[in-house]
Amino acid sequence: MKKGYTLFWLVPLLVVIAAYPVVTHSVMAREIVFIMLMYVSLAASLNIILGFTGYVSFGHVVFYGIGGYTAFFLMHKVGLHVLPAVLAGGIMAALVALLIGEAVLRLRGAIFAIATIGVNEAVKSLVTNLGFLGGATGMFFNFKIYRAYGGAAKAIWFAYYLMVAVTIVTVVVSYLIKNSKYGLGLFSIREDEDAALVLGVNTKRFKSLAYAFSAFFPGLVGAIFFFKAGNIEPEDAFHLVKSIEMIFMVMLGGYGTVSGPVIGALIYERLKGMLLVNPLFKNLHMAIAGFILLMIVLFAPGGIVGYLRDKFRKLRGVLE
Amino acid sequence: MDAWVSAILSGVLLGLAYGLAAIGLNLIWGVMKVINLSHGAFIALGMFAAYFVFHSFGISPFVSVILILALGVVVGMLAYFVALHRVISAPELSTLLSTYSLSLIIIGLGTFVFTTNPRAIDVGLGSIKLFGAYIPASKVLTGLYSLIFTAALYVFLFKTWTGKAIRAVSMNMTAAQFMGVNTTFILSLSFGIGIALAMVAGALIASVFPFTILSGGIYELKSFVICVLGGLGSPLGALAGGLLLGLLENVLTLKMPVGYVPFIEFLILVVILLVKPSGLLGKE
Repeated sequence: MKKGYTLFWLVPLLVVIAAYPVVTHSVMAREIVFIMLMYVSLAASLNIILGFTGYVSFGHVVFYGIGGYTAFFLMHKVGLHVLPAVLAGGIMAALVALLIGEAVLRLRGAIFAIATIGVNEAVKSLVTNLGFLGGATGMFFNFKIYRAYGGAAKAIWFAYYLMVAVTIVTVVVSYLIKNSKYGLGLFSIREDEDAALVLGVNTKRFKSLAYAFSAFFPGLVGAIFFFKAGNIEPEDAFHLVKSIEMIFMVMLGGYGTVSGPVIGALIYERLKGMLLVNPLFKNLHMAIAGFILLMIVLFAPGGIVGYLRDKFRKLRGVLE
Repeated sequence: MDAWVSAILSGVLLGLAYGLAAIGLNLIWGVMKVINLSHGAFIALGMFAAYFVFHSFGISPFVSVILILALGVVVGMLAYFVALHRVISAPELSTLLSTYSLSLIIIGLGTFVFTTNPRAIDVGLGSIKLFGAYIPASKVLTGLYSLIFTAALYVFLFKTWTGKAIRAVSMNMTAAQFMGVNTTFILSLSFGIGIALAMVAGALIASVFPFTILSGGIYELKSFVICVLGGLGSPLGALAGGLLLGLLENVLTLKMPVGYVPFIEFLILVVILLVKPSGLLGKE
């Protein structure tokens, strides 16, 4: 398979963005970049199941929530260090995905989408009722927990570096999957699942694995986010709007491409930031996002990257 | 004993209204294989339409539903041409997202205009004594109206030419086209009727419960559960599904904490989808 040059600019771009707050010591820039990178990682991982495999996981935020809750519980109640806790969050999310996927991945198209919404809502209401996870009010860190990392300020920087690492790994893994024989199998499932099956693709295992990959990274991201936030509650962790944001970013950038979700996430974060500080648009940002999404779906289903690849054939080597 | 009677009666009456909302969703799915993710937004729109007609002109929701039904058909047909017509034969992702973006636009504008303050319509009809339990008259009327609208839809679908055309398109679009059915019109009309039913159900529910612009989402999720209970694509199955869910909600709360009810509902949703994707009462 011909190797492209996408990673040669994509990874340096992310590194430059991530280095900016470190160099300038700006706390505000760090907060913005943290959210930006979080979006990049979430969008890139959703893209593995949505863009590569063609399964619309509408309730994908459930893995973010599961990772967050697992890690938070381990740090808060068991007193684990953040590194193993975050890893445990990711693994838990991937395991749940394997388990749920075994069942829901038998469904296709819109029915699959509805089932994933159902899974997210069911998990949310279950967590709301579980006393040892704090119920509806959730859990709060005792600030002493940050002492192990040299105080709250250092702990937040630590969370930031973790997020940078996770984001870059997500993008690289997504690239590697796309350019492997395994990725080709996923794309064949997206185009025609029955034909793929007939031609000898083990569709069941391929799908399950793709689902687990796309759940693992949101699990890590959720774990880091709630470590930094210091509290977790069901409404935040399993908020369906975050699912929609992920889908929006993937579609805006271009689904099924490696650079698309990254570009989509970066633009979305800036767009949201701009709309939210503008007094006129502050309350309208949802309507505007809806309008943009509608325009993309109707007129440019390939997103920004898909559009550029269509118009400028020469760019195809660097825009995957 | 009285608690049981009142729970069962409430369950049946509300179940009928839930069923009506779900019929709209089910009709759209049956005819055009589109899961309408703007369903909840239109339910909320129906609630606000009823609210404003009530507070501006003093017309009770039980009168204005006719108006809202007509409005719904027009708005729904417009929405079809704006958001769906271009992508109707594209993969599911497109129609899911286009109806979802419609919902974002409606809810976004709605939040901007109406804010998210809770509102209520107090029709002030008092209570009726039924089988030894006092039930608010608005609940009784809501159930009754839902039955009437369902019956009317049934007559329309089975006795009129247009209704038969809708069913023909849902069975086989190409064949229907060959028989001289204007499929574009039928598709837009079905979407219009589906939206109108959602808005009517919203108006009826608004006369029973307080609501905000975001309330539609809850009823949308309920509609999914109902459709799956009653069988995807079967309008009358949705009524049965609605009854089942209404009963479940009202009777379960007598025996367990309210917080667990949504968990059970969505567990049912996922389990039925896995065991029988066509729905509990659906055809094979």
